[in-house]
Amino acid sequence: MSQNLPALLVVVPMLLAPIAALLNRSGPAWVVAAGGSWFAFGAAVQLLRRVMTEGVIVYSLGGWAAPIGIEYRIDMVSAFVTVIVTSIAAVGVIYARVSVADEISEDRHALFYAAFLLNVCGLLGIAITGDVFNVFVFLEISSLSAYSMIALGHDRRALTAAFQYLIMGSVGATFIVIGIGLLFVMTGTLGMMDLAQRIPEVWASGEGDRTIAVAFTFLTVGVTLKLALFPLHLWLPNAYTYAPSAVTGYMAATSTKVMVYLLMRFFFTVFGEQFSFDRMQLDMVLMPLALVAILAMSLVAIYQTNVKRLLAFSSVAQIGYMVLGISLGSVLGVAAGIIHLFNHALMKGALFMAMGCVMYRIGSVRIEDMKGLGKAMPWTMAAFVGAGLSMIGVPLTVGFISKWYLVQAALAQGSWFVAAIVMVGSLMALIYIWKVIEVAYFERREDEDEIQEAPLSLLVPTWALVAASFWFGIDAGTTSQVAISAAETLLGVMP
Amino acid sequence: MISFTLFNYWAVIVLMMVGFYTLISRDNLVKKLIGLNIFQTSVIMMYVSIGKITGGTAPILMESGDHGGEVAVDAGHAAVEVLYSNPIPHVLMLTAIVVGVATLALGLSLVVRINEAYGTIEEDEIARKDNAR
Repeated sequence: MSQNLPALLVVVPMLLAPIAALLNRSGPAWVVAAGGSWFAFGAAVQLLRRVMTEGVIVYSLGGWAAPIGIEYRIDMVSAFVTVIVTSIAAVGVIYARVSVADEISEDRHALFYAAFLLNVCGLLGIAITGDVFNVFVFLEISSLSAYSMIALGHDRRALTAAFQYLIMGSVGATFIVIGIGLLFVMTGTLGMMDLAQRIPEVWASGEGDRTIAVAFTFLTVGVTLKLALFPLHLWLPNAYTYAPSAVTGYMAATSTKVMVYLLMRFFFTVFGEQFSFDRMQLDMVLMPLALVAILAMSLVAIYQTNVKRLLAFSSVAQIGYMVLGISLGSVLGVAAGIIHLFNHALMKGALFMAMGCVMYRIGSVRIEDMKGLGKAMPWTMAAFVGAGLSMIGVPLTVGFISKWYLVQAALAQGSWFVAAIVMVGSLMALIYIWKVIEVAYFERREDEDEIQEAPLSLLVPTWALVAASFWFGIDAGTTSQVAISAAETLLGVMP
Repeated sequence: MISFTLFNYWAVIVLMMVGFYTLISRDNLVKKLIGLNIFQTSVIMMYVSIGKITGGTAPILMESGDHGGEVAVDAGHAAVEVLYSNPIPHVLMLTAIVVGVATLALGLSLVVRINEAYGTIEEDEIARKDNAR
C-alpha cells in the first residue's frame, strides 16, 4: 500500500471520477469526491513526510525503469506542491457541497464532482511525474476538466469565458508539445532526469544549440500562457469571475500554482540553471514582465467594481511575485517563489471563498451591493479582512512571510529597485482590499436585518484557510524550511 | 534557397501558421475551433515526420528461420539488424490525437451552449450583447 502511494495519489481520484459521474446523484457523488480529495490529502502529507526523512522517492510505473517506462519522481518541490493542491481540494470539496447546490442546477452536480476529481488527478499528475510527455497528458486532463467546471457558472458569460480559456489553453498546451518534440529530436528521450543529463551534452557539442533554444522558448511561452503571466493572462479574469464560486476558490489556489511549479521544473531541472540563465538570459525576460504584472495588474484591480474580478486581477499580480522570485535565480529568490505558492493559495482561496459566501446570501459580488455587509455577515467579512491583511503583507500573516523573503532575495542581489516595486505592489493591494472593506463596514444598507450570516458549511472551510494563513504566518519555520530545501533541490545546491 | 531535405518542417510551419492565423483572425467560434484543430494537427505531422527514416520499416523484431524463405532475412544472425522508424513519436501522437478530439468535442459543445444562450456564434455580436446589458 504505502509502497504504491505515489501511483495511488493520482489513480484514486482518477478512478473515483467516473464513479461519481455514474452515481448521478448529488449526495453520493459528493461523498465520493470528498473521499477522493481527503485520501489524496492524506497521501500527499505522508509523501511529504517521507521525502523529508528519506529523500527523493522514485516510483516506476508497472515496474519499467525510467528510460523505457514512465517514472514518478517525488522530491521536495513536488511533494510540497501536492500538499498545496490536495489541502485546497480537501477544504474546497467541503465548501463545494452547499455552494454548488446553490449555484449549479441539480442534474449537473454529479458531473461537477467528476470534473473536480479529474482536475485534482491532473494537477497531482503534473506535480509528481518525471516524464515530460506525461506532463502534457496530465496538463490536458486538468485543463479540460477546468474548462467544463468554468462553463457551469450560471451567468452565460461563463460559457464565453470557458471558450476563451479553451482556445488559449489549447494553444499553450500545443506549444508545450512542440517544445517537447524538439527536445525529443535532439536527445531521443522524454524522461526529465535523462533530459537533464543530455541537454548540456547536446548544447556543448554546438550542433543542437539552436533547436534546444527554440524548444526552450516554446516551452516557456506555453507554460506562461497556462499560468497567466502578464501579457498572456487574458483568459484568467473572465474565467475566475464567471465560474461558480467553489470552482474559483479552488482553481485560483491550485491550477496556476501547479503551472508555476512546472515552469520551475523546466527551467531548473530539465534545462538547468546554467542554460536557462546564462544561455537564454531568462532573467532579462521574466523579471520585467513580472514587475509590470505586479504594477499594472494591481492598478487594474483597483478600478474593478466586481470583487471576484478584482481578486482575479490581483491573482495575476501575485503570479508576478512568484515569477519574480524565479527570475532572481538565487536559492533565496526561488524559495520566496515557492513559499508564495503556498501562501497565496491559502489567502486567495480564503478571499474567493468569502466572496462565495456573499454570493450565496445576496446573489451578487459587485462592490456597491456589499454595503453594510460588515454588520449583516460579520464572520464572512471578518474572513475577508483576515485574508486581505495577508494579501497586503501585514506582519503575522503569510503574506508578510512571502514578501519578507522576496525583498531579502532582491536585496541580496543589490536590486533596490525590485524591492521597492514589491513594496509598491503591497501598497496597491492595500488600496483594493480597502475599497471592499470601506463599503462593507462604513456604509449602511436598508435591509441589513434581513440578510443572514452564511451557513457554517461555507464559513468553516473559509475560516480554516484564514486560520491557516495566520498560523503559517506566525509559525513560518516549517514552510520556509521546506521551501528553502525545495529551492536547494531545484538549483542543485546540496545543503 | 530553401533546402528540400527539410521540406517536412516547411510543410508543418505552413500548416501551423494557417491554423494559427485562422484561430486569431476569425470571429466565428466554429472557425476558430477549425483553426485550432489545424494548428494541433500540424504538430502531429511534425512528430510523425521526425520519426520516419528513409528506407526504414516498421519496428518489428525479425528472427531468422521462421519467415519461410524471405530474402530479407539473413540466416547467419539470430536477430537481423533492420533499419526501422522510431515508433515512439507515433505512439505519442496517438495520445495527442485523443487529446485533440476531446478538446474539439468540448469546444464544440461549448459553442452549442453559447448558441443557445446568445443566439449567435459570432464573437463581435456576443460582445455586443454582453455590453448591452
